[in-house]
Formats: sequence, C-alpha cells, structure tokens
Amino acid sequence: MRKFKWGHLYLVLVFIMLYLPIFYLVGYSFSDGERMSHFTGFTFRHYGELFNDPRMIQIVLDTLLLALLSALIATIVGSFGAMAINRTVKPVVRNTVLSLNNILMVSPDVIIGASFLIFFTALNVPLGFLSVLLSHIAFEIPIVVLMVLPRLKELPGTMLDAAQDLGATNFQVLRDVILPFITPGIFSGFFMAFTYSLDDFAVTFFVTGNGFQTLAVEIYARARQGISLEINALSGVMFLFALLLVVGYYFIQQGQSARKQKKGGR
Amino acid sequence: MRKNSNVAFYVPYVLWLALFVIAPMLLIFYQSFFDINGHFTLGNYVTYFQSGTYLAMTFNSVWYAFLITAVTLLISYPAAYILHYMKHKQLWLLLIILPTWINLLLKAYAFIGIFGRDGGLNNFLGLFGIVPQQLLFTDAAFIFVAAYIEIPFMILPIFNGIEELDEGLINASRDLGASPWQTFTKVTWPLTISGVKSGVQAVFIPSLSLFMLTRLIGGNRVITLGTAIEEHFLTTMNWGMGSTIGVVLIVAMVIIMFLTGERNKLKKGGKHHA
Repeated sequence: MRKFKWGHLYLVLVFIMLYLPIFYLVGYSFSDGERMSHFTGFTFRHYGELFNDPRMIQIVLDTLLLALLSALIATIVGSFGAMAINRTVKPVVRNTVLSLNNILMVSPDVIIGASFLIFFTALNVPLGFLSVLLSHIAFEIPIVVLMVLPRLKELPGTMLDAAQDLGATNFQVLRDVILPFITPGIFSGFFMAFTYSLDDFAVTFFVTGNGFQTLAVEIYARARQGISLEINALSGVMFLFALLLVVGYYFIQQGQSARKQKKGGR
Repeated sequence: MRKNSNVAFYVPYVLWLALFVIAPMLLIFYQSFFDINGHFTLGNYVTYFQSGTYLAMTFNSVWYAFLITAVTLLISYPAAYILHYMKHKQLWLLLIILPTWINLLLKAYAFIGIFGRDGGLNNFLGLFGIVPQQLLFTDAAFIFVAAYIEIPFMILPIFNGIEELDEGLINASRDLGASPWQTFTKVTWPLTISGVKSGVQAVFIPSLSLFMLTRLIGGNRVITLGTAIEEHFLTTMNWGMGSTIGVVLIVAMVIIMFLTGERNKLKKGGKHHA
C-alpha cells in the first residue's frame, strides 16, 4: 500500500511537468503586459485582440477543418487497410505490407515533408490546401492501421465462420460482426490521427505554399519575431477546446464500456 | 478462398501505399542523384561521405535523439506502470494525451517564456538566491523540451503493453517467491518490451527531425539532420544534397526498424496463426 502512495506522488509530478508549461502559457494571456515575464495586472485585452483578428480566426478554422477531414478519411482508409492486412495469410506478404505501412510512422517529419514536396512538384499538384490535406491523410493512415489491427487480431475466427454459416453476407459480417468489435480501435485511431494533424508542423511547413497557413506554421512565423501575448490568448482558447473534446470523448468511452458490460461481455 | 467480392474496399489503402509510401521514397532516392543545376551526378554522396562536417552532424543528431529517447523512456515507463493500477485510468490516460492537442509550436513558445533570462524558471530559482542563468539556447534546454513533447507518445504504447500483460503471471511470480525486482526484470519487463519498442520507435526517429526546436530552443547551436535537410530544401534550394542526407537517414531508419520490430512481429504472427 505504501508503494502506491509513492507511485501517486510520482504521477502527480509527471502531471505537473506536463501541465505547468501550458498553464504558464495560458496564465500570461491574462497579463496586462507585453511579455511572458512579471505578471502585471489582470486583463482580457489579448483575447479581444485575438477575436478581432480575422486572419487568425480563419487560420484556426482552417486548421480544425483540416484535422477533422484528414482524420476522417484516414480512419476509413486505414480501417479497411487493417482488415486487408489481417486477412493476408502469407507471412511474407503480411510482413512486407506491415513494414511498408510503418514507413511513414517511423519516417522523420522532414523526410515525409521533403519527399512529398518532390512528389507534388513532380505531379504539378499546386501547393496549398489540397497538398496539405493529402499529406495529412497520408501520414495519419498508418497510425489508424496500428490502432485497429490489434482489435482485429483478437476477433475470433469462429465468430466470422458462425456468421457466414448462418447465412450472413460479406456486408452483414462487416457491419454486424467486425465493425462493432473493432469500434474502440477505430475511435482510438481517429483520435490519434486528429492529434497528429493538429500537432504537425514540419510536414505542413514543407508542402504548404503561400496561400494556405496552418496554426503551427503561423505561430512559428510569429514566435521568430518575438513574444506576442495574442498567441498566449490563442493557447487559452485551444486548451479549453481540447479539454471539452477530452471530456466528450471520455463520456463516449464510458457509455461504450457500460453497454458492453450490460451485454455480459465475453 | 472465402470472400473475394469486396476487394474494392482495399483499393484506397493499396493506392495510398503506392502513391504516398513507395513513390515519394523512390523520388527522394532519384532526386539525390542530381546536383543543384539538374545534372545527373554522384557528387552529393561523395560530398557527404568525404566531408567531416556532414558525418559529425549525423553522429551528433543520432546522439541527441538517443539522449531524448532515454530521458523520455526513464520518465514514461514508471508513469505508464502506475497509471495501469489507477482507478479511472482511462481518464488519467486522456489527461496524458491532452497536452498533445496543444500544438507543438505553442509548447515550444511557452518554453521560450519559461527559460527566458527573466522568465519563470529563473524567477523561481531566484527565490533560492540563484542568479539568473542562461537557460534558453542550451543543449539541456533542447533535450528537456524535446523529451517534454515526446512523453505522451512514449507513455501511450507502454501503457497499452502493460494493459495486455496477464495479471495472473505477476501473481504467480510473487507466489513462487520472486522479489518485486525479480518479478519486474523476469516477468513484467520482458512481457511489456514490445510496448517499449514501439515507444522508442515513436520517439527516437522523430527526434532526429526536430528542426524548429533547434531554432527556437536550441538557438541553432544544435544542428540535426532535420535542420540540414530543411535548409537544403527550403533555404538553399539544393534538393539533391537534401535528398542525399534524406537517403542516408532512410537507410539508417530501415536498419533501426528491422532491429527493433521484425523479430517481435514474427513471434506474434506465429501465435495468432495457430
């Protein structure tokens, strides 16, 4: 029991380390100064500036749209990809596909960015929203596959056989047996993909032209010019948004496991 | 033998493999044989392997990535382990993931404020009578901030690995008289090593390419392979040399992947085919 208390203390320290910089960042958004040191008086002024900055609002909306759209498409493609891998019987083919799948997972961002830049230039794809969207989908697919595949592996083959023996069509097997079983994996895959998109800077930096900016690229440009507390205000808004999403996600998950328990589990 | 009608579902995935995995890799390889004027040459490789600067930079970059991974793993493994035994662990896990939704750049920007000359950390140290230190633009700051950013990506796979661990094995080990340390080294660690491996993969290789952190936090003192590639592509527009460094990185990466992943996967595959 005593060991557990030490464990809790350690975890608290990790959480402090994870959150202190974020609170520091958000805290100074209320400071009536222009710098991120020596808090001087409380104000909402920087939030006012932020909400009256149409360029910034447009960039935030673009970034969110990009993350949602790319994560959605990547989840669909990746889930079916995982099913394809799972169905492959030959170990050689299976391992080759898995290795290929993992290439973008383990590739450094700059390699992805640089090679995509060459790719888009070779195909004459204009650099902008389209090139960024395609890139984000591309680097999100493997994480979806990796999240869905373990669930698929746990799916007992006897269940599929039973469904087919009982006369289910392929589509019915997919809809009524496979999909419900792998839903947790799909959800985690979608959220990881969404996270990757919001978090990405390097790939976007390479393949975006002048027309389209994501938040990360814009912040990089501004941070190099020095500190502006408008960015801190933006962090405050983003943090609140992330918090709301997490709470929503948590309740969805709780609902799911409750339903599973009601059914009697396995 | 059974099911062959719904191949259409897999087409997008296969297309993705061809267009966005294989084609770009071939293109970067192809590009590495061209000089800045578009002439075919092997010169880029000659330059890379003959110049001490490029080789030293490569070594440095790998060394920093190793340090970042080590620090991250050291912090993450105990955290994931303790998380496993928490009530409401899914909620705690989400709180670990939450910071990854704050953009990477915002976090780097926060550290510019914290590590600044009159920033938060120096003010805090001042309470103990320590004079303000130069914290920003140091190697330690670079490694710390990089580790800070990577921690959630390390905790998550390790946590999943521990979740898969059969609790009965640990109890059995204890009942058979193993000390907690023996249980850890002989049971827990070997059975969660696959989670650690995916965590290391998820942290080590991205660490080679943190080019904006080298600018904002490392103050251009640390030059990683990522920084070099970014400069060749976007500043000097020497795509050939940039691609050459990229190819070297890809080769190293494939080796790392082969060493950490494959053997493990084969073992797992065997089990599931049975």
